[in-house]
Amino acid sequence: MGIRLEKTWMDLDGETIASLPAQLGVYHVADADGTVLSVGYAGATHLFGIRSALEEELAFHGSRATKFRFEFTSNYRSRWDELLMLHLHDFGQLPSHQQAEQSRVGRLSPD
Amino acid sequence: MDFSLNEEQQLIVDTTRRFVQSEIIPLEDHLDPDAGSLEPADQDRLVTTTKSMGFYGLDIPEEYGGPGLDTTTRALMAIEMSQHRAGLYNPCYGVFGGAGLAQLYEATDVQKERWLYPTLRGEKKGCFALTEPSGGSDPARAIQTRGIKDGGEWILSGSKLYISGADKADYALIFARTSDDPGRNGVTAFIVDTDTPGFHVRRVVHTLRATHYATELQFDEMRVPEENILGEVNGGFAIANDRLSRQRIPYAAGCIGPAIRAQEMSIEWAKSRETFGSPLAEKQAIQWMVVDNEIDIRHARYCVLEAAQKADSGERFRTEAAMAKLVATEASSRVIDRCIQIHGGVGVTKDLPLERWYRELRIRRVGEGPSEVQRLIMARDILGGSFK
Repeated sequence: MGIRLEKTWMDLDGETIASLPAQLGVYHVADADGTVLSVGYAGATHLFGIRSALEEELAFHGSRATKFRFEFTSNYRSRWDELLMLHLHDFGQLPSHQQAEQSRVGRLSPD
Repeated sequence: MDFSLNEEQQLIVDTTRRFVQSEIIPLEDHLDPDAGSLEPADQDRLVTTTKSMGFYGLDIPEEYGGPGLDTTTRALMAIEMSQHRAGLYNPCYGVFGGAGLAQLYEATDVQKERWLYPTLRGEKKGCFALTEPSGGSDPARAIQTRGIKDGGEWILSGSKLYISGADKADYALIFARTSDDPGRNGVTAFIVDTDTPGFHVRRVVHTLRATHYATELQFDEMRVPEENILGEVNGGFAIANDRLSRQRIPYAAGCIGPAIRAQEMSIEWAKSRETFGSPLAEKQAIQWMVVDNEIDIRHARYCVLEAAQKADSGERFRTEAAMAKLVATEASSRVIDRCIQIHGGVGVTKDLPLERWYRELRIRRVGEGPSEVQRLIMARDILGGSFK
């Protein structure tokens, strides 16, 4: 299993979100250029799992967020941390609204 | 043995219990069920509280500013501190402080200045890198990371697996083979800053413990100064082994807390939940599970306190510590399993902490020496050294 989240991008819209099972997992939300806007997780406090989490992302980013990719996992906390570390490694910083996480995220040299 | 608590121990137990119930559990109601940390403001507030209680840095020796608790009192606190959702691996979310790597108390004064004191002040973090892909239960023989002397430096090459906290650590205590001796006499402990060229955290290792991950490390010809050796060259295994023995008592005690809390929850549930016209508590099947839980909890507590008392009185406690580790991890696992059965469907949901304890306790039967290694240790002591 590759450690990066390299699933197919899907359109971030109400219809696509509603078609997803209400599972727990992790995801990327990006703009039309593929710039990742959020590295997130759908945890047990999200009423309908990834559906609820993506609805929150859509409300937060508005029309700037156009696509997402996801992975279902019950280990959403440790997988989320892993994705944050990978993002930090690849881009040098976390998405702007997640930079408060930066002080607690570890470092990884996966290559 | 007399396991009744003295006045001071009872006060500490009562205070810790109230702290968990009034300060920790209410916060968990608002956290993700797999959360591993509190909100920073809550963390800071509770650290201030534990400092004012005189309980901060529980495991720091008294001469370094710790509260100077004996092993028995520390074990009693561990039982109380773990009675919440995250309590097994993260008792009270660390607001009672840590002690750093115990091995550093044996370091030279220069090494203490560089690594121990900054750790105690909360300025640096360390990690313990012993286990390798080649095995963890028999580390003396499994260690393949090599240390080769080159002038005033050592060149370390190899890998480590299942290492906690390495991605956030400022330094690592790394055990490497430094002689041709294939056993315990050929291992040296090195203190290595994690920004040393050649130190790599290659991947995250996900486990049943969903809130926390381990890591895999790789060392590519990492150059480490001679003065970074902890203890003697080829004397590192004794340093590692000492930790493994001493850790077993608090490690075992921490397993009992979730079992006690799960039993309390199950009793309450059994009295209130009705099936076939009467409370679950009236069903013999449930009664027997509750009784078996009580037997397991008391057995584990007895073993832990016996080991702790022997340690406090200066007696040999290796067999007792191994027995405590084995009994507490296995008994508590059985208790959680029964408590899930008593609760039925809700027991396996993330609405209750039972499923997290169930997953995490499974790791406890493997971590810090699996049950089979504990039996091996006890067998050596019971049968005598010739049966090694």
